[in-house]
Amino acid sequence: MLRNDKKSIITFMLPASILLLVFMILPFLMAFGLSFTNQRLIESPRGTQFIGMTNYFRAIGDNLFKTGLKNNTIFVLVVVPLQTSLALALAILVNIKVKGNKIFRAIFFIPTVTTMVVVSVIWSFLYHPDGLINGFLTTITFGAWDGIDFLNNTTTAFPSIMLMSMWQGVGFQMLIFLAALQEIPDSFYEAADIDGANTWQKFLYITLPQLKHTTTFVIISTTILAFRLFTQVYVMTGGGPQNSTYTAMLHIYNMAFKRLNIGYSSALTVIFFLIILVISIFQRFVLNDTEEEV
Amino acid sequence: MKYKQNRKILAFLVMIILSIFFIFPLFYMISVSLNPDETEILRNMASVRAFFPGDISLQNFFDVFDRMPFARFLFNSTFIVGTTIIIGLLVNSMAAFALARLRWKGRALIVSGVVALMIIPFEAIAVPLLLITNKLGWLDSYHVQIIPFIANPLYIYLLFQFFKNFPSELEEAAIIDGANWFGIYWRIALPLSKPILSSVAILHFLMQWGSFLWPLMVTRGPEYRPLTVAMEVFFGQYPRNWGDIMAFAAMITIPVLLLFLYLQDTYVNTVARSGIK
Repeated sequence: MLRNDKKSIITFMLPASILLLVFMILPFLMAFGLSFTNQRLIESPRGTQFIGMTNYFRAIGDNLFKTGLKNNTIFVLVVVPLQTSLALALAILVNIKVKGNKIFRAIFFIPTVTTMVVVSVIWSFLYHPDGLINGFLTTITFGAWDGIDFLNNTTTAFPSIMLMSMWQGVGFQMLIFLAALQEIPDSFYEAADIDGANTWQKFLYITLPQLKHTTTFVIISTTILAFRLFTQVYVMTGGGPQNSTYTAMLHIYNMAFKRLNIGYSSALTVIFFLIILVISIFQRFVLNDTEEEV
Repeated sequence: MKYKQNRKILAFLVMIILSIFFIFPLFYMISVSLNPDETEILRNMASVRAFFPGDISLQNFFDVFDRMPFARFLFNSTFIVGTTIIIGLLVNSMAAFALARLRWKGRALIVSGVVALMIIPFEAIAVPLLLITNKLGWLDSYHVQIIPFIANPLYIYLLFQFFKNFPSELEEAAIIDGANWFGIYWRIALPLSKPILSSVAILHFLMQWGSFLWPLMVTRGPEYRPLTVAMEVFFGQYPRNWGDIMAFAAMITIPVLLLFLYLQDTYVNTVARSGIK
C-alpha cells in the first residue's frame, strides 16, 4: 500500500479524465478547428471544406454580432458597478446585528435560487403595458405617468432586462461580500474606535481595503456573466425590438441553430472565448497583485 | 448608545423596504396562480388588488396538468438533475482524491490544468458539443443532458482543496490495518467531507436545474424536455393564460425555495466558498 499505487491512481482519475477530454477539451479545441471550415450541422452533399480565415473576416463585418457585443458591453458598464455596490450595501446591512437579520438575508438571496426562465416570465408580466410596474408608476405620479410597453420599446427594453438581472443576481454577491466582511477581525474596528474614527472613515480605511480581493472577484465574475447573457433576452424579447437587446450569445445560438452554420458560429465562439480569457487573465493579474501588497 | 440604537432602527427600515422589492414578484406569482378568474387577473394586474384574488383555488394548477404533460417535465428535470449530481459527486471526488492524497508524477500539472479549464464557460463549447452529440446520435435523449455535465473542473478543484487539508495520519492507521485506497476514499475521506460534498451538490443543482441553452438545443419534443424549456414553450403560446403560466412557474419555484430556506446555512457557506479562490 503505497502513495504511488498506479492502479488506484488510474482508477480514480479515469472517469473524470475521459469525460473532461471528450466533453470539454475536445469540443474546446474543435471550436478552433471548425472556425476555419464551412462545417454545417447537417452535412451538405458537397462536404466540408477548409476555407481559411473567411469566417473571421465575415465576423469582422457582421453588424449583428457587433451590436450584440456592444450591448454586452453596455450591460457590463451599467450592471457591474450598480450590482456590486448594491451587493456590498446589502451585505453591510445584513451584517448589522439587528433582530431578524437572518430573515432579511434569506429574502435577499431568494431570487438567486429562482430559475432564470421563471424570473423572466414573472417580470414579463410585471413589465406588461397594463402591468404592475406601470400601475405603480401611475399611482406615485398621481396619474401623470402614461403606461409604456417596457419590453417593446427600444429605449426601455434593455434597461428593464438589466434591472431584472440585478434583482436576480445581487443576492449571490451579497453572500460573497458577507462572508468576507465576517473575516475582518473586530480588533481593527476597535482600534479605529480608540483613535476616534467615525463610521464613514472606518468604512473607507478598514472595510474597503480589506474587501479589495473580494470586490475584484465579484466585479470580474459579474463581467463574465454579463458576456454570457442569453436566457433573459431569449425568453423576454428574443433580442428585439430592433435588436436593442441582442447579445453575442444570442447571435452564436442563431447562427448555429437556426442557420445550422457550425463553422461560422465556431469562429464567433472563439472570439467570445478570447474576450472571456482576457477578462480572466486580467483577474488573475489583479488578484496576484493585491496578494503581494498584503 | 442612543445613536447606535437609532442607526439600527434606520437599518431595519431600509431592510424592510428592500425586502418588499426582493419579494413582491414572487408574491405576485403566487397570488395570480391562485386566482381562477382570468378576467379578474387582467383587470387587477396593475394594482395591489392583484395580490388579493377574489376567489382562491387550485384550478390553474389542475389546468397545467390538463393542458400539458407537466408530470413528465417534472420527472425529466428531477431525473436529469439527480443523476448528474450523484454520478458527478462520485466522479469528481474520485479525481480530487487521487490528486490530493496520492503521490504521482504530473499531479501538479494536472491540478493547474483543472484550474485552467475553469476559465472555459459552457457557451464556448456549446456549438462543437452540439456537433459531437449529433454525430453520436444522442440528440433528444436523457444522456445528452447528463453525461457532458458530470465531470466539472470547479467541483474537482473545490473537493481537491478540501481533501488536501486532511492530516496524513488519517490514512496511515487505515493502511496499517490493510485497507486499500478505495476503502480509504469510501470509508474515511467521503464521510469526513460532508460539508464540501453538500456545497458541490448545491452548486451542481443550481447549474443543472436552471440549465436552458443546452436543453433548448438538444431536445425537440416534450419527451425529454426539462421544466425550463417547457416553461418557455408554454410562455410562448398565445393567447397567454397568465393564471396557468404563474401556476407553472410556482410549481417549479416553490419546492426549490423551501428546500433552500431549509438548507439556508449550507447555501450561505457554499456561496462563500465559491467566492474564495
